[in-house]
Amino acid sequence: MEIAFYLSAVVAVLATLGVVTGRHPVHALLYLIVSLIAVAMVFFALGAPFAGALEIIVYAGAIMVLFVFVVMMLNLGEAAAQQESAWLRPRTWLGPAVLSGILLLVLLVTLIGADVGGRIQGDTLTAKAVGTLLFGPYLIVVELAAMLLLAALVAASHLGRSEAHDEAHTVRQVPGKRTADGRGRAASERSLGDDTSSEENSR
Amino acid sequence: MSWWTPQVEAIAFALFQALVILIGAVLSGALLTMVERRLLGLWQDRHGPNRVGPFGVLQILADMLKILFKEDWIPPFADRTFFVLAPAIAMASLLLSFMVIPITPNWGVADLHIGLLFFFAMAGINVYAVLFGGWSSGNKYALLGAMRASAQTLSYEVFIGLSLMGVVAMAGSFNMREIVAAQETVWFIVPQFFGFCTFLVAGIAVTHRHPFDQPEAEQELADGYHVEYSGMKWGMFFIGEYVGIVLVSALIVTLFLGGWHGPWLPPIVWFLLKTAVFVGFFVLLRAALPRPRYDAVMSFGWKVCLPLTLINLLVTGALILVFSPAGG
Repeated sequence: MEIAFYLSAVVAVLATLGVVTGRHPVHALLYLIVSLIAVAMVFFALGAPFAGALEIIVYAGAIMVLFVFVVMMLNLGEAAAQQESAWLRPRTWLGPAVLSGILLLVLLVTLIGADVGGRIQGDTLTAKAVGTLLFGPYLIVVELAAMLLLAALVAASHLGRSEAHDEAHTVRQVPGKRTADGRGRAASERSLGDDTSSEENSR
Repeated sequence: MSWWTPQVEAIAFALFQALVILIGAVLSGALLTMVERRLLGLWQDRHGPNRVGPFGVLQILADMLKILFKEDWIPPFADRTFFVLAPAIAMASLLLSFMVIPITPNWGVADLHIGLLFFFAMAGINVYAVLFGGWSSGNKYALLGAMRASAQTLSYEVFIGLSLMGVVAMAGSFNMREIVAAQETVWFIVPQFFGFCTFLVAGIAVTHRHPFDQPEAEQELADGYHVEYSGMKWGMFFIGEYVGIVLVSALIVTLFLGGWHGPWLPPIVWFLLKTAVFVGFFVLLRAALPRPRYDAVMSFGWKVCLPLTLINLLVTGALILVFSPAGG
């Protein structure tokens, strides 16, 4: 298990480096997917298969698909790669790299100083145990997260809906310009079967 | 033979099982390419491939020879890495899913207690095959096919998980063996009928089978995401689709039809028989149904199947709470 942990951890770090230094956007995304799968493997090695499976299902299987989807639609070519490599000049990344290096050093010192010996071989946590924890001591957090997600869902639905509706509305309209308010919409819907020009005159 | 300890024997048996199941899955996928065409011929009142060998059985051999010896051409405008990677993902993610399916009480590769989630994870990874294949081809029809496929798969994956949560709640476990064991008396298709219906629809959609094969609709998109593929790389997509059919059929049997349970016959026969019936059903659907429009497919998923699964889950949960012993 320890070997599995360290191997997947190394893969995760290397893949994430690949994401940062990659010049081709889609190739960078592939590295990010590999990185997420490696993190899932870390969860498996730590004895939390439920978290590992969810990591793959939610992040690698759903969120990253949308990322890849959008980036593929953008049709980024050689120009984007050149722009990216222009941004990756040493002058740009030297500062952040040094600062992150200091943080890494602090982390390493803490890890070496602390006793982390037997922690990798933990007990395997079942899905039931995770559920009992989520709906026991952490119930309020779960409910708050659910409300936040619901709010996001409603907002997304509202944003997408009004735009799509307006578009359909304007396409369906006759040459005369009409505002997209409730009255105009009702009128145009009513007149779908009628002669549109007579409805235009009646206004 | 001092090294032949019981432990070694167990490892050897597990390896043997895994190999047999792997080869069985690939071979049944290959066999299906011929069986499907014959069945389609039967149902559509025509012959199908019946020239090579008795009843056209050797057609598989002829097709395999053609696929293997055809020039494996990578278009110069394609992204090589992704072009080669895509068919491998298509095949591997589906084959890995067979790992969690218990075939008989003694047979099955892995007994994970997150068995069902492993299948969802692999189904999630499988989307990349189509997405990468379509994008790396550098062909607009392939890209359109990949777009459709990923949008469709994402929408249907939302409730493929939800439709099975009723089964998980009733069995009290994600473990496939425990789910089968919970169906000793009543198969889950009876109490979870709506879950079964929505899982069937979602399973067809995730494998891009007719009538959900808009991603590869040949009339409008040439051949969708694998239009630039040839030779064995195309063959991997092709066989992968049939492996997907076998996988979804085997999952339906395990989750809703009691797995290996059945009177008189040995467990393995029951499992294979039930799976074969569902594979036949998949083919019958292709023979019988017209292809709906793409936006109809999407709105059917979001507006019919998703609410249905949510209501099903809600009712199942309420009933379990009502009938479970107090304080449980």
